[in-house]
Amino acid sequence: MKFQTGILSVALMASTAIGASAETLRWARAGDSLTLDPHAQNEGPTHTLAHQIYEPLIIRDMTGAPQAALATSWGPSADDPSVWVFELREGVTYHDGADFTAEDVVFSINRAKSENSNMKELLASIIDVRAVDDYTVEMETDGPNPILPANLTNLFMMDKGWAEANDAVDVQDVEGGEQTFAATNANGTGAYELVSREPDVRTVLTQNEDYWGMDQFPMEVTEIIYTPIQNAATRVAALLSGEVDFIQDVPVQDLGRVADTEGLVVKTAPQNRVIFFGMNMGDDDLANDDVEGANPLADARVREAMNMAINREAIQQVVMRGQSQPAGMIAPPFVNGWTEEMDSVETDTDAAKALMADAGYEDGFSIQLDCPNDRYINDEAICQAAVGMLAQIGVTVNLDAKPKAQHFPLITNAETDFYMLGWGVPTYDSEYIFNFLVHTRGDERGSWNNTGYSNPELDEMIVSLASETDLDARNEAIASIWEVVQEETLYLPIHHQVLNWGMTDAVGIEVSPEDDPKFKFFEMN
Amino acid sequence: MLAYIIRRVAQSILVLLVVGLVAFAMFRFVGDPIDNMLGQERTQADIERLREQLGLDQPFIVQYWRFLEQAIQGNFGLSYRQGRPVSDILIERLPATLELAVVSGLMALVGGIALGIFTAIRRRGVSANVIMTLSLVGVSLPTFLIGILLIYLFSVELGWLPSFGRGEVTDLGWWTTGFLTESGLKALILPAITLGLYQMTLIMRLVRTEMLEVLRMDYVRFARARGIRERAINFRHALKNTLVPVITITGLQLGSIIAFAIITETVFQWPGVGLLFINAIQFVDIPVMAAYLMLISVMFVGINLIVDMLYFAIDPRLRADRTQGGH
Repeated sequence: MKFQTGILSVALMASTAIGASAETLRWARAGDSLTLDPHAQNEGPTHTLAHQIYEPLIIRDMTGAPQAALATSWGPSADDPSVWVFELREGVTYHDGADFTAEDVVFSINRAKSENSNMKELLASIIDVRAVDDYTVEMETDGPNPILPANLTNLFMMDKGWAEANDAVDVQDVEGGEQTFAATNANGTGAYELVSREPDVRTVLTQNEDYWGMDQFPMEVTEIIYTPIQNAATRVAALLSGEVDFIQDVPVQDLGRVADTEGLVVKTAPQNRVIFFGMNMGDDDLANDDVEGANPLADARVREAMNMAINREAIQQVVMRGQSQPAGMIAPPFVNGWTEEMDSVETDTDAAKALMADAGYEDGFSIQLDCPNDRYINDEAICQAAVGMLAQIGVTVNLDAKPKAQHFPLITNAETDFYMLGWGVPTYDSEYIFNFLVHTRGDERGSWNNTGYSNPELDEMIVSLASETDLDARNEAIASIWEVVQEETLYLPIHHQVLNWGMTDAVGIEVSPEDDPKFKFFEMN
Repeated sequence: MLAYIIRRVAQSILVLLVVGLVAFAMFRFVGDPIDNMLGQERTQADIERLREQLGLDQPFIVQYWRFLEQAIQGNFGLSYRQGRPVSDILIERLPATLELAVVSGLMALVGGIALGIFTAIRRRGVSANVIMTLSLVGVSLPTFLIGILLIYLFSVELGWLPSFGRGEVTDLGWWTTGFLTESGLKALILPAITLGLYQMTLIMRLVRTEMLEVLRMDYVRFARARGIRERAINFRHALKNTLVPVITITGLQLGSIIAFAIITETVFQWPGVGLLFINAIQFVDIPVMAAYLMLISVMFVGINLIVDMLYFAIDPRLRADRTQGGH
């Protein structure tokens, strides 16, 4: 028993609480940034950390609205609609003291377009980028591209001189075997400088005293200590015990616990992510159903029936404990092209049964649903709920839930007939959704369209969106594409995810739809 | 003795190769790293290019052979997830796991033996029975639950100990240690208890059973009859003879403490190799998974080898058997 008393006395000795000055923000979320190289990964936590250190030309503020960052103004060239002109902010310096100029922009865009960059697809339309003078850059696209600026909000500007001096001109090639300097070091223009970093353990940032926006933003957080905490219960415990000040990814079952604790608050906002089911309607016969010689999902009536059978309010209340927003279309509400009418579906089991009978499936059929179990909030539970709801109209669903590393290859390799998918829209425009999820699957577009749906007429409209400069005509085209998507019941939308951030009441910030806190906007009470 | 060691080493190498082969055969079932490595906007061309670059289009035997070729030269490749050399990452993470394993192993050994002796000698005492009953809890509660319970009690409710991480560590150049700072030591307590509790109860129960057995033996009775002090009988004569199985179990358990630190490390966000492995599985980071599994099997095989040799040292009968050809 001696040992246990030992523990007790050590614990008593150590019982002084960890104090922190109001300006230090201890931040935890489930995952860590994968690399400091701003062009190597196109992924949430990686961009979030990069946003503190590096800056894009145009940034989204905490509500998702575009705001000038390293560019002060931008617009299509008066002479050529295929050219965008960006006026750059003057007097900006990198953390190492180097000046930010147009040649850094040219370098960064070209770097992000290189083969090993994961950002290159967002820049695919750019055919040339050139510096007109030290503070003016022109980007030429392969045709007028009215939404190019929306593709640049996570595109970070590196210093050309620094990259050249440190042999970091190329984006890392994982199989190439060498590690690049930029993956573990950073030199940006951002509001925070990197002090130290141990991947997956701890990253410390300190305020950049020479930041150009010192007077424009609150800049009340002077130091950031970022620790990934994977286990949800531990993450919540760390907030409850006062070891961290701010956490992302609060599990829905712990929201009450956090909100009821004195000194802590939970803030909630719809996320830029919609969850839905996709169906293989393109094949003549399905591998994963019990109907021989026919594909029940190819019948629009069956898809519509399934859409009406899913009770989204029940999923919201029971599975999500209120933390979701039922959806009727696969676009988050912030996205250009979203409308309230389209974003709701009436649950009507009787009408659904009638449609099934109409289509010749009054006895129903059985099919396998593939679902991830570690990707979206309560993903497997949502699928389970859907299984019960679809059973009411005779569709017997065999649920196969797997880790994301096994689920997504099914979609990539077109091996699933009925699957769950979530979609975020970084450009806040419907074209992005159409390009990936509606256009016929091919090399350039439709890479996530596993439905087998192919409508050449619609494809043409989608492609023409990219170069339509008349915004009204463009919005009309978007609306008519949505009409077809909704009428065909291309997907079964479930809900828009809701984000929850937990924090001490000293932290004053609202949840951003992309789950990416940018600390220069934070106020500390 | 030498021939025996050589034979055992050869067997060990075979075991390692088989472990590697099985591991590589299994990786395809863990999933496909491609989608994790490329962003949402990836095209089919990107997918194929990367798959070919990483050699994932090859049969697993070929992938394994490539791995072995590189591994023999000490190169374990780059982590798909972090883009840094796997060997660097492992070296960075090992101290955390080893320190945790050693502390919880020592705790289990010292606590287990002490409690085992106590419960054996006072086997009818009230406190011994209470300890035995409580030990059932240690054996039957899953590790993550113990961890979470400890966190809620000592971090959230009492606020005495940190709920996650390793505290402040001192960098010695080739090793980072948490032993030298107050926060490092505090951070060690809860994970060490969580990890060592099962082992401690196991050793305690083992020592108790062995001890009870030995105390019934003739030589103990004779010793008592000769009037040797109870203390000397218990600690000098009886204890020594209970230790052979305890050493076997301790050796084997040390391996599993390191290998199964995975759960404890995940609960406490302990930055060791177990947490690294969990991340690697989720991402299908094949180079990290392969290197970790090799490392763990080297450790298991090595510990077994040492345990076998310790038998020789502790139990004279093993040596006698060989030279004299039996009793």
